[in-house]
Amino acid sequence: MPKPKVAFYWCASCGGCEETVVDLAEDILGVVEKVDIVLWPVAMDFKYKDLEAMPDKSIVATLLNGAIRSTEQEEMAHLLRRKSRYVIAYGACAHLGGIAGLANQFPREQILKFNYEDAPSVVNEQKTRPQLSFAHNGHNPTLPALHHVVRALDQVVDVDYYVPGCPPTPKITSAAVTALLENRLPPKGSVIAPDIALCDECPRKASKPTNVSFTHFKRPHQMLMDPEKCFLAQGVVCMGPSTRSGCEAACTCGGMPCTGCFGPTSRVRDQGLKIMSSLCANVAPKEEADINKVLEGIPDPVGTFYRYGLAKSLVRRKVTLPVK
Amino acid sequence: MTRSSPASSGPWTPRIVAFFCNWCTYTAADLAGVSRMKHASNARIIRLMCSGRVDPQFVIDALTKGADGVLIGGCHPNDCHYAEGNYKCLRRFQMLKRMVADLGIEPDRLRLEWISAAEGEKVKRVVNEMTETLTALGPLGIPEKFHEWDREMEHFAQRVAAQEAASGASGCAEHAPQPRTPEPAHA
Ligand code: SF4
Ligand code: SF4
Ligand code: FES
Repeated sequence: MPKPKVAFYWCASCGGCEETVVDLAEDILGVVEKVDIVLWPVAMDFKYKDLEAMPDKSIVATLLNGAIRSTEQEEMAHLLRRKSRYVIAYGACAHLGGIAGLANQFPREQILKFNYEDAPSVVNEQKTRPQLSFAHNGHNPTLPALHHVVRALDQVVDVDYYVPGCPPTPKITSAAVTALLENRLPPKGSVIAPDIALCDECPRKASKPTNVSFTHFKRPHQMLMDPEKCFLAQGVVCMGPSTRSGCEAACTCGGMPCTGCFGPTSRVRDQGLKIMSSLCANVAPKEEADINKVLEGIPDPVGTFYRYGLAKSLVRRKVTLPVK
Repeated sequence: MTRSSPASSGPWTPRIVAFFCNWCTYTAADLAGVSRMKHASNARIIRLMCSGRVDPQFVIDALTKGADGVLIGGCHPNDCHYAEGNYKCLRRFQMLKRMVADLGIEPDRLRLEWISAAEGEKVKRVVNEMTETLTALGPLGIPEKFHEWDREMEHFAQRVAAQEAASGASGCAEHAPQPRTPEPAHA
């Protein structure tokens, strides 16, 4: 029997998800033995035209990481969708928009201007910007255009499964790959991680207050945090209650609160609003001015509650931003 | 439910989704006869057991589905049937206003009012005032924005259709080749 064909692809991502695949360490060798990798730009040399030449649905699964931000990424997402039986959104950016999705707070022009002109490390006196096409030696090379909106993968193509995390842990990656190879896949559309909040597997759970009442919010750099006590009991925002488990509480075990990279459980539509609702309802004061004073401890609610989920939130993007 | 049909023709008027607590504001609205209000057709009233049940997801869901503003009505402080629900609502509301502002939505599109069962007049006044505020702000139009945002992916779909038509992969006449209108450079 021929080995199943698998593709790895990256879009608007940082490279961390690729690292996780490599972090499977010896396990990756087992995977490589069992599959035929037909595309993996970070590690192997393939040409897009080889992919185009493949019959439709001939790839068993594509694991795609990164958000969709450019015309090229959009095009590759469509191409891989066409060639693959299963498309798997791998990592928080493909799943929810991720850190890249935070760009949905700013106009494209502001981002381009900063990166090509104003950033302190940039030397670009002519203010050159990448052009979509230009003439060179009788050729007309083209470059991808940057979209105005950052999108999660399922806002562009149909997605079969999601592997959450920023990045996904080796453990849930192997679980997903094994499920795939052994054909024990959950129902379409599933996030391949337990459908229960992170607190469930957090070692600090025992000290999680049942009746929390916040008199202040502190950010991790503003205090010495107790290494064992639930962060909420210390007045530190922890996204654990509205975040899916499966990471084995990597952050809270490592001394930092959860920032929500595994996304919401299936019962939550908007992860950021859900945690905001539960935290803010439990602020101690009852008068507007005093309430606001406590809430000032969260200076950037969008960046805090939608650290990874802005693109997939109900609003998706700052609504006043242009698309032209 | 006390509601009137939306003004289907004529000039644009704002749509308000109103979440009213069963024990006070909803009763007030009922007694006052919301249907006889000047701006009755602008408010769609949804009855909940308590203002503490107003999940911020409901508020934002209403806005993203086409509401121009959201009004929340609950019992006065210390009068909540469930003791603390209205305080929870107030605290969430304070943060929600900051979040919507950061997302480009005018915080004045959201309003929270304590209205007891006896204050029918206040329901009328608040709905009227809010209708005026929203009329001045104009339509929020988030569904239209979603549509507009996703149009930036249209030219790609057209190009694929054109390629497929050219290569004979798709015989569909609707997929006739479309000229690709390249976006202006990143200038
Ligand atoms: S530290 Fe965070 S994840 Fe752990 S129990 Fe407390 S709220 Fe939940
Ligand atoms: S603790 Fe939270 S932020 Fe950290 S890996 Fe787990 S889900 Fe992600
Ligand atoms: S019962 Fe009316 S606000 Fe709680």
